[in-house]
Amino acid sequence: MKRIPYYPGCSLQTKAKHFETTAMAVAEALDYEMITLPRWNCCGAVHSLTSDDLMHHIAPVTTLLRSKEFSEANQLDDSRLVVLCAMCLNVLKRTNKRVIELIDDRTKMNDFLYLESSKYDGSTQVIHFLELLKEIGWDVLSRKVTHPLSNLSVSPYYGCLLLRPKEVGIDDPEAPVIQENLLHSLQAKVVENPLKNRCCGSYHTLADKQVVVDLSYDILTNAQKAGAEIITTSCPLCAFNLDQRQEDIIKKYSGFKKIPVVYFTELMMIAFGLPLKNAGLDQHYVDPRPLFIEKEMYHEE
Amino acid sequence: MIKKAIISEASETFCKKVIELSGEIVSRCDQCGTCTGSCPMVIEMDISPSQMMRLVLLGDESVLEMKTIWICASCFSCTARCPRGLDASKVAEALRQMKLRKAIHYLHLEEIDREELKKFPQMVLVAAYRKLTG
Repeated sequence: MKRIPYYPGCSLQTKAKHFETTAMAVAEALDYEMITLPRWNCCGAVHSLTSDDLMHHIAPVTTLLRSKEFSEANQLDDSRLVVLCAMCLNVLKRTNKRVIELIDDRTKMNDFLYLESSKYDGSTQVIHFLELLKEIGWDVLSRKVTHPLSNLSVSPYYGCLLLRPKEVGIDDPEAPVIQENLLHSLQAKVVENPLKNRCCGSYHTLADKQVVVDLSYDILTNAQKAGAEIITTSCPLCAFNLDQRQEDIIKKYSGFKKIPVVYFTELMMIAFGLPLKNAGLDQHYVDPRPLFIEKEMYHEE
Repeated sequence: MIKKAIISEASETFCKKVIELSGEIVSRCDQCGTCTGSCPMVIEMDISPSQMMRLVLLGDESVLEMKTIWICASCFSCTARCPRGLDASKVAEALRQMKLRKAIHYLHLEEIDREELKKFPQMVLVAAYRKLTG
């Protein structure tokens, strides 16, 4: 079993716990042990974009430094830091880029971190779980499949921060295929949604819900028109906006039909035949289980 | 109405400040409108992203009062497509920061529904507080 450090961030051990649980189970099936980084702290969720603001980079830099120290001290097989959340990925990667490219900023940030036992040099490589899966190989994944999803039409949704800006994105910002390739390896029918990389409204869901309702409606109905029965995502915020906000979408758009939105790892659990007891299938606003039962992919225990 | 733009010293200072804060040389903007065409939020905005860029270039501080700067959610769609390699989301962030650093907030926590608050993943709160409060 290969051991690799993993950064949960604020939502993965709370509201999006089942994303973490399912990712870890899937990783284990693929011979990877994701070890939660000790003493991690919140990344700040959004990357600070102004040129003079270093203070807001300190939190992600601390995490990057601790990941480096942790993997060295424990001689982990893989020293890269795995993340599941698109926002964490974006913040950690962009901050790391700044540490590497702007030497003056790196010095200043290290000065802030005078209480840490070592200096940070930008050497922690941050990868998304999807990238790890790609590296393991789609063919390896397809050999693990015991319950092919051949009966299921799935539309992957990417959102913004997995793909943009290009320098830190995990795939082509305009035409990503990484989730499609994953779904193909699970033998699912992949449905193309032209709005798969369109913003869901992000944090505006807090105070300006209607913005998110409209954007999510467009994204969901485009997927439905293309024939999708279910949507996959990899970001807890996208998942919230696309799933939970359907409650408000129905109120505004009367003809709207609900569609389940799940993390890609949940479909992997089903395809790999892993125990679904803790897969969090009951954690969604739109319950995906009736669809799975209809497709004979899931049985009530 | 005949419109008139005067680049006064104050306008120049404002424009320079935004350029410094954002790191984006707004004078490179050709006003092609690709950012506006790519913006998923444009329908919610009072001025388009390309108009925002233009106002900054003209040193027009009224841009700070526009809803647009708060509606931009930094999805980087414009960034990915700008033929001049500009990042309008950084310009919006600089403008937001110019307000937030004076403790002028866009988000008022007391207005948020308590029941709704319980539903959100933590990242929603962190992101919104970071972007919309000082």
